[in-house]
Amino acid sequence: MSLIEICDLHATVDGKEILKGIDLTIDAGEVHAIMGPNGSGKSTLSYVLAGRDGYEVTSGQVLFDGQNLLEMAVDERARSGMFLAFQYPVEIPGVATTTFLKTAVNAVREHRGEGALDAMQFLKFVREKAGALNINDDMLRRALNVGFSGGEKKRNEVLQMAVLEPKFSVLDETDSGLDIDALKIVADGVNALRGAERSMLIITHYQRLLDHIVPDQVHILAGGKIIQSGDKMLALELEEKGYASFAGAEAA
Amino acid sequence: MAVSTETLEQVNSISGDGYKHGFVTDIEQESAPKGLNEDTIRFISAKKDEPEWMLEWRLKAYRYWLTMPEPEWAKVDFSPIDYQDAYYFSAPKSDAEKPKNLDEVDPKLLETYEKLGIPLREQEVLAGIAVDAVFDSVSVATTYKKKLEEVGVIFCSFSEAVQEHPELVKKYLGSVVPYADNKHACLNCAVFTDGSFVYIPKGVRCPMELSTYFRINAENTGQFERTLIIADEGSYVSYLEGCTAPQRDEHQLHAAVVELVALDDAEIKYSTVQNWYPGDEEGRGGIYNFVTKRGACRGNNSKIAWTQVETGSAITWKYPSCLLMGDNSVGEFYSVAITANRQQADTGTKMIHIGKNTRSTIISKGISAGRADQSYRGLVKVMASAEGARNFTQCDSLLIGDQCGAHTVPYIETSNPSARVEHEATTAKISEDQLFYCSQRGLSTEEAVSVIVNGFCKEVMKTLPMEFAVEAQKLIGISLEGSVG
Repeated sequence: MSLIEICDLHATVDGKEILKGIDLTIDAGEVHAIMGPNGSGKSTLSYVLAGRDGYEVTSGQVLFDGQNLLEMAVDERARSGMFLAFQYPVEIPGVATTTFLKTAVNAVREHRGEGALDAMQFLKFVREKAGALNINDDMLRRALNVGFSGGEKKRNEVLQMAVLEPKFSVLDETDSGLDIDALKIVADGVNALRGAERSMLIITHYQRLLDHIVPDQVHILAGGKIIQSGDKMLALELEEKGYASFAGAEAA
Repeated sequence: MAVSTETLEQVNSISGDGYKHGFVTDIEQESAPKGLNEDTIRFISAKKDEPEWMLEWRLKAYRYWLTMPEPEWAKVDFSPIDYQDAYYFSAPKSDAEKPKNLDEVDPKLLETYEKLGIPLREQEVLAGIAVDAVFDSVSVATTYKKKLEEVGVIFCSFSEAVQEHPELVKKYLGSVVPYADNKHACLNCAVFTDGSFVYIPKGVRCPMELSTYFRINAENTGQFERTLIIADEGSYVSYLEGCTAPQRDEHQLHAAVVELVALDDAEIKYSTVQNWYPGDEEGRGGIYNFVTKRGACRGNNSKIAWTQVETGSAITWKYPSCLLMGDNSVGEFYSVAITANRQQADTGTKMIHIGKNTRSTIISKGISAGRADQSYRGLVKVMASAEGARNFTQCDSLLIGDQCGAHTVPYIETSNPSARVEHEATTAKISEDQLFYCSQRGLSTEEAVSVIVNGFCKEVMKTLPMEFAVEAQKLIGISLEGSVG
């Protein structure tokens, strides 16, 4: 059974239709990439999947592990194993990263019928994952994302992914604002989370991230629809030729 | 078995030592009749078997009270108080009238205790279960008292102190908050029922946090509580007032007075968590919490710190303050005030710098939701004598929704050019983005608001003693339930 099945999804924002019929199937263990010009609906798709207010689904359906995703509340989707790595992670002053993570992890564990981790257990658990991402204790103690550089924020998103162990992750332009070294660290972190039970949807502008996180399939999103799909070679072709050359396919 | 006033007056003139039961009402009654007059005060004093000087002190205040106008300058709205429409002394419930176990207690109340994580034994005490059925609490209180006696710390009810330690009470009572200070404090002087009395001897560091919880048999304490804490030279005490559990009271007006005195090198830490019944969604029936709290740093190098978490009451009107008289004395005020639904609060502090090199710190966090309104009102006053005074003030407001209000009214008055006074203020809303981020990580809306608000209040929360802090964090989450979405 596919992990994610999106059928003819239409969505509007502020009364304007942005998604005009998205069809997409992602099986467990697969990593798909979505590329597209600005305004094509990439972020809209990620917000619709996460369930953000203000993004209205007008028709279509999304099945997540066989369940009707669109009927679930934002936090329910999250606890069922859906994760969105934000393009612009917000700051939450006064809330230490570890404190925030512990609350989130225990919420998911409770949903799965597992016991909550106490402070000591959790610290041990998070340190293991943090080490691999070059995140030290000091950063863990800081308030969530407050004063973090772009790279630190993205690494923090991947840390949260590592700690929450979601079944399906949407990475919204995780590579934006990263230098080469930071990109490598983030990509390694993401790759370490790939598994037969897990799937990912990577949203990006640039082919370069896909050199590090090699996708099973690539889709081109333009004008609110997926106009072409292919394997990783498609991304290279897109980089060479640009979006305009694929625009003709939009009419089809 | 009423005695006529005339007879009493005759007896009075004959006996000469001042027959204190000089009134018409039958003192065999358990409760004073409704209303307020000199008789009521004599009744209270007689019931408590007070010495003559205490009764005189009360009457002096009462007579002055009659001449005082109602204060109306605060930014709170309420219909005029009918002072005659209240009972000023009610009998404590007999054991027979109290519930026998938790099954007899209102389930909604128990639900709140659960949410706050209050241990079962403590729940029983809070619910007013007959004391002899709560063995643990009695034995804990006994061990507690023994430890304090060993080091000479006096911690008892105010009524007991009037009997057992009159010299201390006479010396300090009314010296920090005189009866003429304000109308509500004056009323308290006339009709106060009970409260705490603490005396820490020279050089003693009180071995444990003193908590009102341990005055198990305290009755009638909410209404006009009177507390006096004296820290002698070189001593230290941390005092906890209140509890996170919601408290109902049939008396609407709560006008407490708290006086703190710190001598040379002494330190008093006073923490309050207040969760009096706030009224229904429309604000009806809640408690009016009009409190006067003041600390005098009389000694050199003395320190007084106030921390308050105010989440209850329909109206909160209080300014825990510090008089920084001794050289190098320090005053601190940390506050979290939450108003939701229709609650109102006008709260803050006064830091009066008098001695040399005095320092004060004010950190106020106000959270407003629903159609609530709150104001921070603060005074930093530097007298001409206060050479080298330093103050830092930070007031932050957080608004939830678009129908609530938060205001800041800071007063700064300096008469000494060497003073340094800093004031910072911020106002913010809980953003949709923050809530969405938290939800996307699996937190329910309630958990998200709690996490964000606790983060906002962190600087204040960390000044609370540990046991209070954990409960207070949960209380903050509960107070804002239903405010978002």
